[in-house]
Amino acid sequence: MALNIVVCMKQVPDTTEVRINPETNTLIRDGVDSIINPFDTYAIEEAVRLCERVEGSKTTILSMGPPQVESSLKDALSVGADEVVLLSDREFAGADTWATSYTLAAAMKKLKPDLIITGKQAIDGDTAQVGPGIAVHLDMPQVCYVSKIREINDEVAIVERLLEDGHEVVEVKLPAVLTVVKEINEPRLPSLKGKMKAKKTAVTVWTNDDLDTDPECLGLTGSPTQVSKIFSPPKRGGGEMIDGENAQEKAETVVAKLKELQVI
Amino acid sequence: MSENKLIISADKCVGCTKCVKQCPFAALEMDGKLAVVNDSCTFCGSCVDVCPTKAIILNRAEQKGVDLSAYAGVWVFGEQKNGKIQSVVLELINEGRKLADSLDEKLSVVVLGNDMDAACQELLEYSVDYVLQIDAPELADYAAEPYAKVLSDIVSKRKPSIILAGATSIGRSFLARVAVEVKAGLTADCTGLEICEKMLHQTRPAFGGNIMATILTPNHRPQMATVRHKVFKEATKNGGCGGKIEKIAVDDNKLLTSRTKRIEFITDNETTINIAEADIIVSGGRGMGKPENFALLEELANALGGAVGASRAAVDSGWIPYSHQVGQTGKTVGPKLYIACGISGAIQHMVGMNSSDTIIAINKDPDAPIFEIASFGIVGDVFEVVPELIKAIKNK
Ligand SMILES: Cc1cc2nc3c(=O)[nH]c(=O)nc-3n(C[C@H](O)[C@H](O)[C@H](O)COP(=O)(O)OP(=O)(O)OC[C@H]3O[C@@H](n4cnc5c(N)ncnc54)[C@H](O)[C@@H]3O)c2cc1C
Repeated sequence: MALNIVVCMKQVPDTTEVRINPETNTLIRDGVDSIINPFDTYAIEEAVRLCERVEGSKTTILSMGPPQVESSLKDALSVGADEVVLLSDREFAGADTWATSYTLAAAMKKLKPDLIITGKQAIDGDTAQVGPGIAVHLDMPQVCYVSKIREINDEVAIVERLLEDGHEVVEVKLPAVLTVVKEINEPRLPSLKGKMKAKKTAVTVWTNDDLDTDPECLGLTGSPTQVSKIFSPPKRGGGEMIDGENAQEKAETVVAKLKELQVI
Repeated sequence: MSENKLIISADKCVGCTKCVKQCPFAALEMDGKLAVVNDSCTFCGSCVDVCPTKAIILNRAEQKGVDLSAYAGVWVFGEQKNGKIQSVVLELINEGRKLADSLDEKLSVVVLGNDMDAACQELLEYSVDYVLQIDAPELADYAAEPYAKVLSDIVSKRKPSIILAGATSIGRSFLARVAVEVKAGLTADCTGLEICEKMLHQTRPAFGGNIMATILTPNHRPQMATVRHKVFKEATKNGGCGGKIEKIAVDDNKLLTSRTKRIEFITDNETTINIAEADIIVSGGRGMGKPENFALLEELANALGGAVGASRAAVDSGWIPYSHQVGQTGKTVGPKLYIACGISGAIQHMVGMNSSDTIIAINKDPDAPIFEIASFGIVGDVFEVVPELIKAIKNK
């Protein structure tokens, strides 16, 4: 048994670095780096670990985006991915989750994976919809929020998924889509060998000509949702600073206010 | 126009760079004194509105859609666990009622489960026109495939105009399947819903809460949205509005097959309250210093009958388990009272709690961003203030 694993990876702006300029109310993105979506680093690590566990297996990273995504794909190679594929075409631009999962699924038909791993969600679009979307386009089952792959063979995987109130243990038939949470592993840092491999390995770039797609289903045209407006979050007005000589006075003042407001 | 294109008029552009700063995707750059668009453009159009000289035009190609007039009715997904309707459903009923009224359409709650008679009957005590009850043993517990197939099937037959579900782990993962299956638009994790000119305007945070986006589904139906828990108020029982239960049988067994199988469910062995449901939360951050100090917060939480939360910094330091984490990568909470102790207020934390009714922040640093959203701020040492708070509450 050997597994053909494809990991979906999105390049995103590092939102922990994104700040709002309070004067102009716009995003300050000077110096904001493009990074691998943090949840996808866990997906990549898990695939690489499975390849170490199951001899003869292979991890391919698939990403859709502008040409600059190549740099993130190189980063993925340096932490152990075997091959990387970039879907890049202006036809794909403006895709919502419907069209994104459609296009990724079209590439999957060429890659023929036994297992697809995606991150739980991307930290920019934040929808967590692409993984399940790919599963439907390919008529595969899915397990979301996977925190552990207990067992895997040619036919099934037994995984744990993280829910609000506990863990669910699920058996899923392969091929399948798993979306992973950060509890699943601790991603490794790039090795020297990995960096060498990243330098030597070329990024495979596919345009729409390389895929079998319906143009009506691509990019903005194929997207049922459209962003109509983007704005800064309304500011929650700061309230009152509590004065007082010491901690006791401040505590008593605030408790009195809470009682007055009938909060407690 | 049959091509998606962002056009910047060289004649009108004055090189003010406003659009460059506005673009969330770094898709606009300055070429000398002229703004130019690069390959990262997603046609979101946020630059169009900020351009003071109207130099930017967004051409959207025509979309093949559906006949919008064939769709009517607002549906709420009646999420249940172990046969119990989840509280988020009541929030959706409240909000769905308003949408249905402003569209002059009916409100239905769709319940997938097994033996759900009593729960469905109880739903009629709210302002609900129909409860669509779909019972089958295979639907007793959530499973992505049969849930998605069964709902998609009824959606294609009955054509509602709007479907709302809670943005819970169940709602988010299975509605995404339905949306693809019926080719509908799905807007994630909404915090605002409004009808304008018969169209659902869905507002949601993105980029980790740094920006808000309003999303439309102009040419496809239904308009589907998952809605953040605890943002809208719950509906209250008002004796109902003469609604009816309609039982729908699943006539095609293929819809009920699943390639996943639940083997077991392990409940978190902690007995603490699920913080997403708590009315009062006392949260600790990096300023708590070490795990033992969370005992102090627990004492305060106990005095108030609340639960203990934490910032990511505290969870990542291993001071408290992940199930307590509030924020972008943890839980979203909206309690009546949120007390932030030693939390500086990173945006990723604040997006998870800024819809709390009342926020108290306690921090040594008077410049901590958390004070900007606090209803009451106390500058001081957590280890001095919290014990005094406990005393004052016990004395009240
Ligand atoms: C402000 C804003 C709001 C938006 N809101 C919505 C919305 O409500 N509904 C909607 O349908 N679309 C929405 N979109 C569009 C959406 O962001 C894009 O479709 C995006 O390509 C994928 O969605 P996501 O970022 O949410 O990914 P998620 O679904 O959160 O990503 C989950 C996983 O899918 C994989 N993945 C996602 N994108 C790619 C990719 N390009 N290449 C490879 N793997 C990928 C990754 O493994 C990732 O971890 C919005 C866009 C913006 C800018």
